[in-house]
Amino acid sequence: MSRAVRELRLLARDPILFGLVVLILAALLVFVLYPILLVLWQSFTTGTGLGLDNYQLLAERRLYRNALRNSLGVATLVAAISVVIGYLVAFSLSRTDVPLKRVLHNTTILPIVSPPFSGAISILFLFGFNGVITRQLLGLRDFSIYGFWGVVASQVFTFTPIAYLSLRGVLAGINPTLEDAAMNVGASRGQVFRRVVLPLSLPGVASAFLVVFIESMADFGNPLVLAGAAFPMLAPQAYLEITGSFNLPRGAMLAAVLLVPSLTAFAIQRYYINKRQYVTVTGKPTASTTKAVGPAGKWLLYAGVLLFGLVVVAFYGVILIGASTAVWGFDYTPTLRHFVYVFDVGWDTVKDTVLVAVASTPVSGLMGMLIAFLVVRRVFPGKRPMEFLSILNFAVPGTVVGIGYILAFNRPPLILTGTLAILVLNFVFRYVPVGIQNGIAVLRQIDPSIEEAAQNLGADGVTTFRKVTLPLIAPAFFSGLVFAFVRAMTAISAAIFLVSANWNLMTVQILNQVGSGRLGVAAAFSIVLLAIVLVAVGIIGTLVGRRAAAASTVRF
Amino acid sequence: MPVDLRLVRLRKEFPGHDGGPNVVAVNDVDLAIEKGTMVTLLGPSGCGKTTLLRMIAGFEEPTGGEIYFGDKRVDRLAPNARDTAMVFQSYAIFPHLDVFENVAFGLRMKRVAEKSVRERVDRVLELVGLAGFERRAPSQLSGGQQQRVALARCIVLEPHVLLFDEPLSNLDAKLREQMRVEIRELQQRLGVTSVYVTHDQAEAMALSDLVVVMNAGTIVQAAPPQDLYARPSSRFVADFVGKANFLTGAVLDPNTVDVAGARLRLSSAAPVGVGETVELVVRPEAVLLEREAGKGAKGVVERVAFLGNHAEYAVRLATGDVVEAHETNPAERGMFGVGEEVWVSTGPLHPLPPRR
Repeated sequence: MSRAVRELRLLARDPILFGLVVLILAALLVFVLYPILLVLWQSFTTGTGLGLDNYQLLAERRLYRNALRNSLGVATLVAAISVVIGYLVAFSLSRTDVPLKRVLHNTTILPIVSPPFSGAISILFLFGFNGVITRQLLGLRDFSIYGFWGVVASQVFTFTPIAYLSLRGVLAGINPTLEDAAMNVGASRGQVFRRVVLPLSLPGVASAFLVVFIESMADFGNPLVLAGAAFPMLAPQAYLEITGSFNLPRGAMLAAVLLVPSLTAFAIQRYYINKRQYVTVTGKPTASTTKAVGPAGKWLLYAGVLLFGLVVVAFYGVILIGASTAVWGFDYTPTLRHFVYVFDVGWDTVKDTVLVAVASTPVSGLMGMLIAFLVVRRVFPGKRPMEFLSILNFAVPGTVVGIGYILAFNRPPLILTGTLAILVLNFVFRYVPVGIQNGIAVLRQIDPSIEEAAQNLGADGVTTFRKVTLPLIAPAFFSGLVFAFVRAMTAISAAIFLVSANWNLMTVQILNQVGSGRLGVAAAFSIVLLAIVLVAVGIIGTLVGRRAAAASTVRF
Repeated sequence: MPVDLRLVRLRKEFPGHDGGPNVVAVNDVDLAIEKGTMVTLLGPSGCGKTTLLRMIAGFEEPTGGEIYFGDKRVDRLAPNARDTAMVFQSYAIFPHLDVFENVAFGLRMKRVAEKSVRERVDRVLELVGLAGFERRAPSQLSGGQQQRVALARCIVLEPHVLLFDEPLSNLDAKLREQMRVEIRELQQRLGVTSVYVTHDQAEAMALSDLVVVMNAGTIVQAAPPQDLYARPSSRFVADFVGKANFLTGAVLDPNTVDVAGARLRLSSAAPVGVGETVELVVRPEAVLLEREAGKGAKGVVERVAFLGNHAEYAVRLATGDVVEAHETNPAERGMFGVGEEVWVSTGPLHPLPPRR
């Protein structure tokens, strides 16, 4: 009897679970794989049939060549800078005893919960044609922030928190006893850092670098605002080909080109580096204060952390001021008229955005936990494809997904363009991977016999998941929900292809306002968006947190 | 007594590592268990006993063979559709539910009426000595109490078969003995057919009506504890269950055997031929040491260990064989010293069947 048949028969003992597996696999094929394949197909489509004509343009046209080069260059530099800053902040906040850790942590990660191009707006306020610093303070008239450095600056601001969070976990996982041991056998502070702490964290550094690289390649908002016409980049160029010149094959080609470095980086990160992480998990609680830096070094690092914190505060301060003054650069009279505009003209957009986020978050969160449960605890044919497909979207740039969705769902049998459903579906499948990853990590810590006990006592697969697994992985469920909601509220790169007159999103509105030079309204939209996200995170926290606390205080 | 649990040519293979040949964990095992009996599966780690138990519970799919509860074939049923209840090695208590809800879990799955749930849970908690602990969280319980919750959660269901997967291995020695007694008493009072996996031979002896010794995926001997101890069917069983001396002797007549020049008694009904050389088993506590010459075989004390309630000696015979002897209350007639000459005699010797 073949293995697949046996596994299938085992699964069929639990009809509801079997149905869910089939449903999830089908959904992943339709809403994840199919659109990406269509993009690839489209990129080979020429006027006469199939061919490499579109890709030939990449060699022939300077515009496309530059777009590729610029995107790669920006992504590499941004990843390097973000990792350095992220490492410093993570090291200071997780391994040294400095004041205000909590506050600085929250400040550092603030850019994660705001639209991914808030930094770009702040940079325009500060360094743009009417920028406070460039125009008013320095009196520069022919300075242009648009181009390489503008994009790098705003992306560093946007993605450093991601590097920080990832490195924080790595550094916190290094057992301080190792440092004690190194010193005990005669290593100096510098040697402890160079020979112990740094090598142990190196896989984490590489991983953070690649994650930021992927994010930067896929970023759409910052380049669209700050790249300018003279500095083409892949993601916005693909968008312009499709919405500006209505040339789907060329847009698809650029998207496909964008896909290659992203997927490569993802593959390296997931299948090579993550297997080399040194995790030193011991049951003993350890006071994790490092000895690798002396007092002078510690305060120097702290100064750096404070500086980054101040930049974040300044950027948001500028947005707040920009949102509540008449005309940036000319007339700083306090006014609420930008906010009035948001709540008047933009009210439908606000409602749509919240509706899309509220509709997609629970589905995404639950599906994430369910897939994690299936992948970790069940054996069935198609398990590896399910795991692969469900996290694939983490690496696929939103631009590719967006183009894929308009290609896939603009024709029968599934016509979804212009509907609420296409936005919700897009968000559900795009933001499920983080929930899955968290769920898998937590589930691997839980003794499988707890779930076996439930089954043994008469619970079927779905009941086991609902009554036992889900409560136990509530913390992962919670973080998955928060992530899905925040991303749904702040996403732009795929969504910009999918919005319509009926269903529009705030992020798209912000970009439009920036495009038409109404920075005040854009700033007001950003502030409202940020407020909604913070309130929602608080609400999810209290709703799920209570159960999470109950489940996580009980330990085996 | 009617047979209540029957395994027919039950087999389990696991795929080998790196495409190697399949590993046979359980090799065509046949076993019939009578209603109301307590059976232990005893064996070294990796002998297949846990895999066998997990197949009965439904967590492992048999590669071949059949499992019957009474007349009902169950090996194709999902774990939740079988009428078993299992006490796990790690207890597997639901950490997010309190004691009451843990015990009530199975009843709720069966949609038992709320009033009845309360009555049955209360009764079982009383039975295991946890009345008053209903609203405690599992983290507030000691190891022994968690163990009782796991037990209560199973017996409240009045299952067809009760399964135990080394449930006492996480407890300290004192508590282990106490729980062993409690489990046995409960099982006898409820009369529920039980299968108990352990690698601790003392536990197996103390608990069961029938001990099934397993090795390398097969049953080597299945017998009541006293039979198993007195008449092991192989060197493996004799060695695994308690301590054993292995001696070689020549059969003089159906009741007598010559060991190192001493005429010793054979255990009764031993199917041996006169003149044959046989391998003999004798337990250390059945070995007698004497100072007076003439009784038994001559030997020299090589090692002495005083353990309070008994003393352990190793005595080398003239043949070179070393015999282990345990003597209770050693202070009574004075300990033997290392190098002292002693005469070794034994109780009835059990001959092992010739090795194939």
